[in-house]
Amino acid sequence: MDIFIDQFFNIDIMRKSLPLLFKGLWMTLQLCSAVILLGLIGGLFVALGNMSERRWLRWISIAYTDLFRALPPLVLLIFIYAGLPFAGINISPFAAVVIAFLLNNSSYYAEVYRAGLISVAKGQWEAAQSTGLSPVQTLIHVVLPQAVRNVLPDLLSNTVEVVKLTSLASVISLSELLYNAGMARSVTYNASPLVLAALFYLVLLWPLVRLVSHFQRRLAA
Amino acid sequence: MDRFLETFFNPVVMAQYTPDIIAGIWVTLTIAAAVIVAGIAAGLALACLRSYGIRALNFLIICYADIFRALPPLVVILILYFGFPSIGIQLSGPMVLFIVLAATLAAFAEEIFWAGFSSVEKGQWEAGIATGLGFTRTLAYVALPQAVRLALPPLVNRVLAITKMTALGSAIGVSEILSSATTAQSFSGSATPLTMSVVAYLVIFLPMVVIARWLESRTAWKKR
Amino acid sequence: MANRPMLEIVSLEKRFGPNTILKKIDLKVAEGELVFVIGPSGSGKSTMLRCCNRLEEPTSGDIIVDGRNIMAGTRRDLDRMRLQIGMVFQGFHLYPHMSVLKNVTLAQRKALKRSKAEADARAIDMLEQVGMAHKADAYPGELSGGQQQRVAIARSLALDPKVMLFDEPTSALDPELVGSVLKVMKDLKSKGMTMVVVSHEMGFARETADRVVFMDGGVVVEQGTPDEIFGAPKAERTRTFLSRVSG
Repeated sequence: MDIFIDQFFNIDIMRKSLPLLFKGLWMTLQLCSAVILLGLIGGLFVALGNMSERRWLRWISIAYTDLFRALPPLVLLIFIYAGLPFAGINISPFAAVVIAFLLNNSSYYAEVYRAGLISVAKGQWEAAQSTGLSPVQTLIHVVLPQAVRNVLPDLLSNTVEVVKLTSLASVISLSELLYNAGMARSVTYNASPLVLAALFYLVLLWPLVRLVSHFQRRLAA
Repeated sequence: MDRFLETFFNPVVMAQYTPDIIAGIWVTLTIAAAVIVAGIAAGLALACLRSYGIRALNFLIICYADIFRALPPLVVILILYFGFPSIGIQLSGPMVLFIVLAATLAAFAEEIFWAGFSSVEKGQWEAGIATGLGFTRTLAYVALPQAVRLALPPLVNRVLAITKMTALGSAIGVSEILSSATTAQSFSGSATPLTMSVVAYLVIFLPMVVIARWLESRTAWKKR
Repeated sequence: MANRPMLEIVSLEKRFGPNTILKKIDLKVAEGELVFVIGPSGSGKSTMLRCCNRLEEPTSGDIIVDGRNIMAGTRRDLDRMRLQIGMVFQGFHLYPHMSVLKNVTLAQRKALKRSKAEADARAIDMLEQVGMAHKADAYPGELSGGQQQRVAIARSLALDPKVMLFDEPTSALDPELVGSVLKVMKDLKSKGMTMVVVSHEMGFARETADRVVFMDGGVVVEQGTPDEIFGAPKAERTRTFLSRVSG
C-alpha cells in the first residue's frame, strides 16, 4: 500500500511538478479555446452546407463529416504534423494540432448542429421570413437559438471530448498538460505527476460531465 | 504533381510495407473487437444493476461513469503503462490499451443504456409487474429490449469514437496500424506509409460511420 | 350471488409524506361481483386500486385475495399472487416491441411457465373473447386505442386471474372507441368475473354494476346499488359530485 501511495500519490513530487503542470494547463486552455471556437464556427458552416438546397454542397459536406469522423484524430494529427513537411509544408506543432482537431471537431459539431436545425419546425422559418426577416436573420435570431437549446447536452458533451482530445498533442511534443506531466514523470521515475494531471482534467471536466447528465435527464423527463 | 505522388503514393514503398500495415490492421481489429465486447457487456451490466436502485451501489456506479467520461484515455493509459510496473504489476501495451478503452466504453455505455432505461415509460414496468413477472423478468423482457433499441444510435457513435482510439496504442508501442505506419515512415523516409494508414482506417471505419448515420436516420419508435 | 369474498381491503391506509391519501378503507368484493368506484379526482380511488396489487405500497392495512393476504409473504409469493390479480391501465401499456400475441403470452410463459403451444392457444382464445384474434401478429403501434385496451384485457385474462382491476380503462380513448371496451367488460361480468372498476362511465355503472362505491377525500363516503347511489344518494358530497358529472 505504501509503495502504491509513493508511486501514484507522492505529495512531494506532486508539489514539485505543480509549476510545470500549471504551465501545461495554460497551453491546454489555449488549445481548447482555439479548437472549440473554430470548431463551433466551422461546424455550423458544414451543417448549413449539409442542409443546403444545392446538391453538390450537400454531398461535399456529408463527405467531409464522414471522412473526418472515420479517421482517428491522432492519425490525422500525425499525418499533418509528420506528413506535410514531405510536401514542403512546415507548420508549428500548435498549428498542426489546431488544424487536425478542427477538421475532426467541426465534423462532430456539424452533426450536432444538423440534429438541432432539423428539430426546429419548418413553420419557424416560414413565420420569420413572412415577417420580412432575411434567411440569415431568420437563422441567427429565430432558428439557431432554438436549435442550440435543443441540442445543448450534445454540444456540451462534444466540448468535453474536445478538451480530452487536446491531450493527444503530447504525442507530437507540444508542451500541454499531459506532455509536461509525462516529462515530470520521466525525470522523477514516478507516476504521481500523471495522476496529478488526471486530477486537473477531472477538476476541469467533472462539472461539465455532471451537467451533461443533468441536461439529459431533464430532456428525457 | 509528380513529386506529390512520389511522396504520398510511392508504389515501391507501398509494396514494401504493405505486410506491416496489414499486420497492424490485424492488431487494431483484434483489440477493437475485444474492447467493444467487454465495454458494452460491462456497461450494460452496470446499467442493469443501477436499475435496482441500491443507493450505495448506484453512487459507486455514477462515480465510475463520471470519472471515466471525464478523463482523457491517454492519461489513464500512461498511468497504467508507466506507473504499474513500479508497484509490481507488469501489463503489456496491448493489455493496457484494452483495459483503458474497455473501461472508458463501459462508462459511456452505462450512461447510454441508463438513459434508455429511464425513458422506458413507468407504465411498462407496472404492466410487467402487475402480470406477475417480477422486477428481474420485467427488466429482461420488457425494459431491456426497449432500452437497447433507444440506446443503439448513440452507442454505435460512441463505439466508433472509442475503437478509433486504438490509435493511442502507438504512444505505448502497441504495433497497431498507426505505429506500424510511423515506424515504416521513419525507415523509408517517405510519407507513403502514413497515407496507407489513413486508407486503412478509412476502410475500417467509414462503413461504421455510414451504419451510424443510417441508424440515426431511422425513427426510434412508432408511437401509437 | 355467492357470498364468499374474493377481494377484501382491510383498514387500508396510504400516506405520502404528510398527506394521507387513503384513510382506513374497508371494502369487500364478493365472488362474481362488479364493484364500481366513483369519486372526484384526487379522491384516492386509483391509489386504492393500485394498492390492491401493491403497485403502490400501502402504508398499513391488509389486502386479502381469495383468503390469502398479499401483504404477508415473500417477494416470490407476491409475484405469484399478482398473477391472480389482473390489472388494466388507463394507458394500456402494451409492450411496443412485441406483437399482440407475444404481449399476451409473455407472462404466461415466463411467470406461469406454460409451454409455447399452451400459451399460444390460451392467448388466441382470449384474443377471440375480446374480438382481437385477427390482429394477433400486429404490433401495438398499428392498433387504435380501443383495440390496444382490448389486447391489454386479454393479456390479463390469459393468466386466469381471480379478480380484475380496471383503472379508468376508457379515459384515454376516443369516444367512438369506448363502446367496444365496455362491451368486453360486460361480457366478462356475465361470465362471472370478479371486477373492481374505477371509471367515469356512469351509464355503464347503472347498467352492469352490482354495487357503486363513492369515494372522496380518501374515505368511502357511501355505497349501495346503482339505483340507490344514482337515484337517491344520501350524503351531501355524493349529491354534489353526481350533479356535477351529470352536468
